[in-house]
This record gives sequence, structure tokens and C-alpha cells, in this order.
Amino acid sequence: MNRRMRLCLVALGGAGLAALFTAAFLRLPAFGGDRHPYGDRAVRAALHRHTANTIASVNFDLRAFDTLGETSILFASVLGCVVLLRQARDEHRARPEPADVAPPVRRYALLVLPVAVLTGLYVVAHGQLSPGGGFQGGVVTATALHLLYLGADYHALERVRPLGAYEAGDALAVSAYVVTGLAAVLAGTAFLANTLLPYGTFNTLSSGGTVPLLNAAVGMEVACAVVVLLARFLDQAVEIEEDSGK
Amino acid sequence: MDVLPYLVAGWVFLAGCYGLATSRNLIHAVGCLSVCQAGTYVLLLAVGYRDGGTAPVFSDLKPGTRPVVDPVVQALALTDVVVGATVTALLLALVVQVAKRHGTVDPDELGELRG
Repeated sequence: MNRRMRLCLVALGGAGLAALFTAAFLRLPAFGGDRHPYGDRAVRAALHRHTANTIASVNFDLRAFDTLGETSILFASVLGCVVLLRQARDEHRARPEPADVAPPVRRYALLVLPVAVLTGLYVVAHGQLSPGGGFQGGVVTATALHLLYLGADYHALERVRPLGAYEAGDALAVSAYVVTGLAAVLAGTAFLANTLLPYGTFNTLSSGGTVPLLNAAVGMEVACAVVVLLARFLDQAVEIEEDSGK
Repeated sequence: MDVLPYLVAGWVFLAGCYGLATSRNLIHAVGCLSVCQAGTYVLLLAVGYRDGGTAPVFSDLKPGTRPVVDPVVQALALTDVVVGATVTALLLALVVQVAKRHGTVDPDELGELRG
């Protein structure tokens, strides 16, 4: 099929889809309207269970089973990346040469590194209280570690990043999520039901029952997953080289 | 203009589809897929918006004093951003392998299957 014909097909399908979209959008509830039955109920349920951040309550309490699915997708795609980006038979590892880093870059990267890691951990820990949570904080923590790559060199990054430990941590975090769900079953309620722990005082770190636990598990999983992913891609870019002349 | 945000979502989605269909580089195609995904975020957040609403976080807001936007769609968008990023990473890993094995990232040149 040549490009012109393909473009015509895309235009035809796109126009049809656009027409259907418009017809559907015209019958949606008006933008900014006041009728949000699920939202109102979610807010009520979150307040009832002493979780200040309603979004954390939706993710780790009301729809905790759905989040288990999401974390499984995350885990599976990290596993896929690890398998795809392994060292092939016709490749070898070359030790990367230490490169010179401009002194201001080195200074500021090393200065910001502890602040960034701490910020990430703060965002994870306060997920049930303020905007943030395991998903966002995990990414901040994991990328903060890579400031070491900018500020020093690849070798320094590899020393603070034992990859095996992060891979195990990823698996452990997913298991922790499932085990927390199973604990509810053992206690006689439904899988992942938030009835196990006391709801605590509203707007304190320990409020929300199992929400902080699941939030921490997801934070650990996302942080480990991002570290492992970036490590695999950096390996491809920095270390793994194709054998030439074969 | 009550439907404008919805139309923007549809437009972003279709722009991503156009890019996917006409792409001549697999990395570009993966980027276009992310654009399609971004369209769904715009739609979700537009559905959940409430006039004058603020974030549904009650750590410094007394419940009932202000309208809040719909937290359910926000939670959906939030999880999907991170999960979408890792799925993008998986696709890029596939592109790395395709580039190594076939020596090209142009989908039109990947005609034949190789075992």
C-alpha cells in the first residue's frame, strides 16, 4: 500500500471517528456541571474513613483492587524491559571511561541530590494527606538518584544502585500489596477491604487504615521499577557494545 | 462553548492517530501513542471538572466549604500516567531491539519477517 492511499484511508477513518466523537460529546453532561454522583460518594467515603486526600482514598481503598491491576501492568512491563534489554550473545560490556564534569554541574547536582531524594520520600509518606502519593513520589525518588550520574559518573551511580536489590525490591513491593489484601481476607472480610486497621485521627500520618501501607508499597514499587528501567536503558547507551568485525 | 474541552480531547487523540499512521520512525510512533494517551487524560479531567471547584484534598480545606472536582477521574489519570510511562519504556525497548536486529527504525522497511 503506498503512502497516498494510506493517507486517504487515515483521513476517511479519522473523519468518521471525529464525527462520532462530536456526536458523543454533544450528549455528555455539560463541562463544569454540578452533577458528579461518583465523585460526591467518593468524597463522603474518604471523609468517613479519615483519609484527607480523596484521590489516595480512591486509589488505595475504594478502587484498591484496580490499583493492584495497574501495579501488575507496571511490574509486567518492567519485566519485559529487563528481558528485552539484556546483553545479547554477540555483545560485550565495555567499561565506560570516567568523563569530566563541569564543576558547577557537579556541585549543584550533588547539592540537590539529598534534597530531591528527601522530597520524593516526603511525597510518598504524605500521600494520604496531601497531593502526591506512591506513584508520584516513587518517580521523584528514583530520578533523584540519577543526579549522581549527572554530577559524578556512571561508576558512582552503579555503586549506590545495586540493581539486584532494586529488582528484588520491586517484586517484594508487589507481594506486599497482595499480602495486605490477603490479610483482610484472613481477618474475615473481602480482599483488600479497608477494615483491618483503625482509621486513626483525621489528617495525621497514620490515618486512613490500610491506605498508608498500600501507598508505601506502591511508592517502593514505582521507585524500584523506574531505577531498574533507567538502569537497563543506560546500560544499552553506556556499557553494552556490539562486537564489531563478526 | 460547553463542549470545547471534550473536542480538544478528541482532537489530541486524532492528532496522535494521524502521527501513528504516517510515522516513518518507530521512536516517533511511540511518541504519537503517548499523544493519544494524553487525549484520554484531557477527556477524563474535563469530565470531572466542576465550576469553581478545587482539588479534592481536605488536609487544609474544611469539607463542605467549597465545591471539589471529581476525584475518581483524577485517580484514573494519575495511575495511568505512571503506568503509561513504563509501557512506553517497554515499547522503546522493543524499538532498541528492532534497530539492533534489522538496522532500521522505519516501519515501512520492516516488510519481511525474519526468524
